[in-house]
Parts: sequence; C-alpha cells; structure tokens
Amino acid sequence: MLPIEVSQLRKNYGDLKAVDGISFTVKEGEVFGLLGPNGAGKTTTIEIMEGLRERDGGDVKVLGLDPWKKGYELHKKIGVIPQEFTFFEKTTPREAIIYYADLFNIKVDPDQILKDVLLEESTKTYFDELSGGQKRKTGLALSLVNSPELLFLDEPTTGLDPNARRAIWEVIRNLKAKGKTIILTTHYLDEAQQLSDRVAIMDHGHIVAMGTTSEIIQKHGSGERLTIQGTQKLADYIKTNTELQVDYDKTRGEIVIPLQKKIDALAGLAAAEQSGLEWGQIQTRQDSLDDVFVKLVSEPAGEQGEMAVEQKPKKKGLF
Amino acid sequence: MVSAKRIYSDFKVYSRGYLRNKFGLFFGLIFPVILIMIFGAIFSGGGSGTINVYAQNQDAGLEVSGQVLNYSTQYLEAINFTGTLKVITVDNSLNFTEYMSKNSIENGLIVPEDFTASYVMHQPVNVTVYTNPSGSTGGTVLGIVGAINNQFNLGAFNGTTIISTTQETVGAQESYIDFLVPGLIGFAILVNPMFSLVEISSIYKKNKLFKQLSLTPLTKMEWLIAKILWYIVLSSASFLLMAAVGIALFGANITLTVWLIPFLFLGPMLFASLGMLVGTITNLLRLPGVIGNAVTFPMMFLSGTFFPIAFMPEYLQTFAHVLPLFYVVEGLNNVMVYQNYMGAAVDLAVIGVITLVIFVLAVKLFKWRED
Repeated sequence: MLPIEVSQLRKNYGDLKAVDGISFTVKEGEVFGLLGPNGAGKTTTIEIMEGLRERDGGDVKVLGLDPWKKGYELHKKIGVIPQEFTFFEKTTPREAIIYYADLFNIKVDPDQILKDVLLEESTKTYFDELSGGQKRKTGLALSLVNSPELLFLDEPTTGLDPNARRAIWEVIRNLKAKGKTIILTTHYLDEAQQLSDRVAIMDHGHIVAMGTTSEIIQKHGSGERLTIQGTQKLADYIKTNTELQVDYDKTRGEIVIPLQKKIDALAGLAAAEQSGLEWGQIQTRQDSLDDVFVKLVSEPAGEQGEMAVEQKPKKKGLF
Repeated sequence: MVSAKRIYSDFKVYSRGYLRNKFGLFFGLIFPVILIMIFGAIFSGGGSGTINVYAQNQDAGLEVSGQVLNYSTQYLEAINFTGTLKVITVDNSLNFTEYMSKNSIENGLIVPEDFTASYVMHQPVNVTVYTNPSGSTGGTVLGIVGAINNQFNLGAFNGTTIISTTQETVGAQESYIDFLVPGLIGFAILVNPMFSLVEISSIYKKNKLFKQLSLTPLTKMEWLIAKILWYIVLSSASFLLMAAVGIALFGANITLTVWLIPFLFLGPMLFASLGMLVGTITNLLRLPGVIGNAVTFPMMFLSGTFFPIAFMPEYLQTFAHVLPLFYVVEGLNNVMVYQNYMGAAVDLAVIGVITLVIFVLAVKLFKWRED
C-alpha cells in the first residue's frame, strides 16, 4: 500500500474547476512537492488529502483510508502544518506541545520535540511574540507530536526571510532522513528543487508536469545552448558556414545556438572566429526549473510575492 | 465519545490564555464591578432621593388686626414636608423664568402676591408650576403640588379627611442597588461568553484555527464544552465580586443561596452556545459583527439589567419576554431580591429549554471542516 494514492480527483467551487481530474501516487519515505501559482489547486488538493475538504469526484486514499469519511482516524496518523500556521496567542510552544499531546492522549518529551525543530531557545515565549520562522517551527513541532507516518506541509516557508527558510529546510531534511513521507506545497521553486524527490507542477487544476526536477527539465526544457554576444550579421555568418541551428535574440543582442552535442559549441565558436566580426561574452546554459515552470504555467506571476524565486546564478560556464 | 481529559486540556489552554490577556481579564472581571460601582454610586449612595423645586414666593401676606398672616410660607413648608420635594427659594427681585432657563432648572413654582389674601377670602388663586416635559420628575411635582392644593382647599373650609391611606411594605424594603446587583450579574453572564464566542468563531475561522483543531482528536462539542466551563468559572468569579461590592459598598440587601448555582451554570452555557451559533451564522452569511451586535445589544438593555422592565412601554415589555437574558435576570431577581423560588424555578425551566435547543443547534451547525 502506498501512503498516498490519488486518482482522477476533482473539486469544483461553483463553475470553477479548482482540481480537474488529477492523479498521482506518493511512495513511502518520499518528499513529494506540489508546485503551482495561486489558484492552481495545490491547497485544495492537499486539504482533500488531509480530510479537511470534501472532494466532488475521483478516488483518494491516504494511508489506506478515505480522508473525508475516515478523517478522525486518519488525523491520528498524520501531521499537518496548514498554510499560514497560527496558534493561540498567549500560549508558549512548550505548552502547545503538551496541549496536543493531551489531546492525542500520548506522552511526549516536549523538550526533545522542540530540539528536533530547532526551537529550544523560544520555549517560554508566547506565540504572538515569536518571529515568523519560530511560529512555523512551532507548527512543525505540533505536527510531530503524534509521531506521524505522513506529513503535509502547506507552504511552510512562505513569507519567511532566507535564514528562517533555510532553518525550516534543515528541519524538513532531518525529517526526511528519519524516513517520513512528506507532501510539500510551495511557491518557491528552489525549495522544491532542494527538498523534493519528485514534484508535480499544477496549473488551473491540472498537473502539467510530474517527475524528478531533472526529468521535468529534460522533458520540458529547451536543453543546453551556446550564447554569443554579437550582431545579426555574425549570426547569419555562423548559420551559412555551419550546419547548426542559429537563432538571434535582437533584444539581448545574443546569438543562440541549441547544442545537440557539446562539440557543436566548438563549431559555432570556430565560425565566429573565422568571420572576422566582433563578438563578446560567450556562455553555455541550460533551462532551470523556474524556466520550465514559466513555460508550463499560463499565469506565472500574479500578485506581489507570487512565484518568488530566490535569485541564484544560473548554470554558467564555457563547456 | 466525549473525553473529559480533552475538555480539561482545552479548558486549561483557553483559561490560561484568557488570564494572560489583560484586555479580556478587564472586561471579564473588572468592568462589571466598575459598572456596579458607578450605578451604585449614582442611584444608591449619597443622593437625597428628593426632587428640587425652585420657588419664588411673591406673596406679601395679609395684615389682619395688626397681625401679618402668611399662608404662602405654610404652603411651601407643606410641600417641603412631603420629603419628596425640596423647596429652594428664589429671590423675588429675579425674573423667575429667566433664572430657571439660565440655571437649567427642571421644576419651579411661583406663589402669587395675593396668595394669602385670596386664601383668607376664599377667592380663587393660581400657583404656577413649571416643569420640563422632557424630564422625568415633572409628573411627581405636579402630583404633589396638586395634593397640597387639595389639603389647603379642604383646610380653608374646615373640611375633614374622609379617605386616607396607610403605607405598608411587602417583604424587605428594596432599593435600586438590590435590583442592580442581579441585573449586572445577568449583564456579565451575557456579555463575556457571548461577545467572546462570536469573536472567536470569526477569528478562528479566519486564522484557520478550527481547521487546525479538527486535525486533532478534539471534537467540536468538547471544544464548546471547554469554553462553557471557562465562562461558568468566570461568571461565578464575577458574581462573587459584584455581590461583595454591592453588599460592602452599597449595603445591597440580596439573598445568596444555592438557588443561584443553576443560574450561574445555565446562563454561561446558554450565552456561550448562542455566541457560537451567532458566530457560525455570521460566518455563513459573511456579516462580521452585524448579527452579534443585533442580538446582544437589545438583550443587554431590554432584559431588566440596568432598570426594571416595568419602566418600559408595554410593547417593549412584551418584546423583553422573547429575550433569553430576561429569564436569567428575572430568575436572579426572584432568588436574590424576592426569595420567590417558585418563580425562579419557572425561569430556570425556560432557560434550560432554550439552552438545550441553542447548544444542540450550535454544535450541529458549527463546522470544523469545509464541504
């Protein structure tokens, strides 16, 4: 039995098809990322799997249970951090853990859980006085109280500063190392790339791509290419004197040569040299997950802060 | 299956959060006590209970056989002697109506200059009484002046009183503070759970705290019971404080018996459930604040909390009977002021039925999860 089996899942809000017949499975110990812009259907999908929302069609099994009909039973086995996690204002993280343990009727060591989520320093601070990162860590701590086999993390780092995000990543990596199965939704593509074994990209209620990030890039990306700064005249020269496909990006003043083989780059550069024309910076690059994402989703940038991608240099280099 | 352990855990977390929040604590415990001190001071302590009547006596008297008769002085003394009106003399050199207007005086009267002469000669004479129609004391002043007039008219013809009255009191002599204490206890029983639960249901829904709690074994009924228990504790503490202040500071004559316990139990249960129900309906209709206030405010003022409902017009008195708080306040009055336990039992029965219906509706309609 797989921890998660979703088949032809559908959910409508009036005329809006929030989730439109998606199917996927998640293996034990896997970190599965659900990506997509706002309104793609990620949270609806995750809430249906958590048993918080009723589906309109399709079949969903989580740890072998129907999450809506057997929600009460399921909730004892899963851990959840809802989107924008919040808690009772005047409760400390330690008290919150003891409260959850009492509700689940289990004995826990609150200090150990706080240590596991790197929150030892704030055990006596009221929730409303914690930083954004500490609040999410409290959410993580609570999701671990019942020692769940399966964790749902719905945008666990949205709105956090880079340091807080990395601290949460560390906690998630530790959980992964302990063999927990994790479903992660995120706006941050680098986060999905860093943490997920596989990802599914959702758009308008559909899964538009699924697999490991490298599989998705390979399948939906445009492959490796050589770019040379130069003129249209140089692009025409290379095209005439080689068998390469040569495109010219006027706005950037860049000659773009898709590389079938790495050796094609040498042919392109040799032709440029033979032309006697001026040419500038050269580089090879490959599509990243965010390039592929932008290609796949129809509305890549919505509100402010949507689709935030932590800036990092793209793969660069001469060969 | 309802779990006492889960209820206790939720009760503990909620009450701790409540006690740590100074704002909540102020409104839960201190505010009702402040109200009782303010209203108690206004209506029970220090005030003479008499109505001031400003009088200008223009009567010159009448000289008969070298002796000056002055019936106007006797007349004003008779008014003063009633104990209900207090006559304050205004100098004759002043323009009386101007003086009244300038000093915002509500009640006044002018005794004309030929008062004694007319009285002695059995000629009609007119005393002018000034009252403010928007004030509440005009009727009393007119009634008392009329009664004194009759007394003097009778005296002029050496008449004898045929019908007289004797005043007897029924039970203990009640004062305003005796009604105020149960009324404000009812107010506290209504306001704390009602406003808190309406607010919580909106905030928890918005913050998705209900969804979060639904992921634990805590059930919505256990959650609501924990809140009810907390408001029973808070209302009881508030009751003790208010009763102590009422008795110690204002000498309230109230009875404290075990009959109060069911009111302190059912009252918070009723209004916590009603708050939850109103909050749930508010969320469904997306009308934050509107329904909660529309339900709470009429109940707060029209159920006999600050004044007996007998002071209100008849249609409002009828309306008061559909307000659940009316039965709480009436029941508390029956126990604390009149020791009418039969009446209190009827009130308890009504409250019990309303509470049960509202509690069941609140638990049924209130949803952790979404469809």
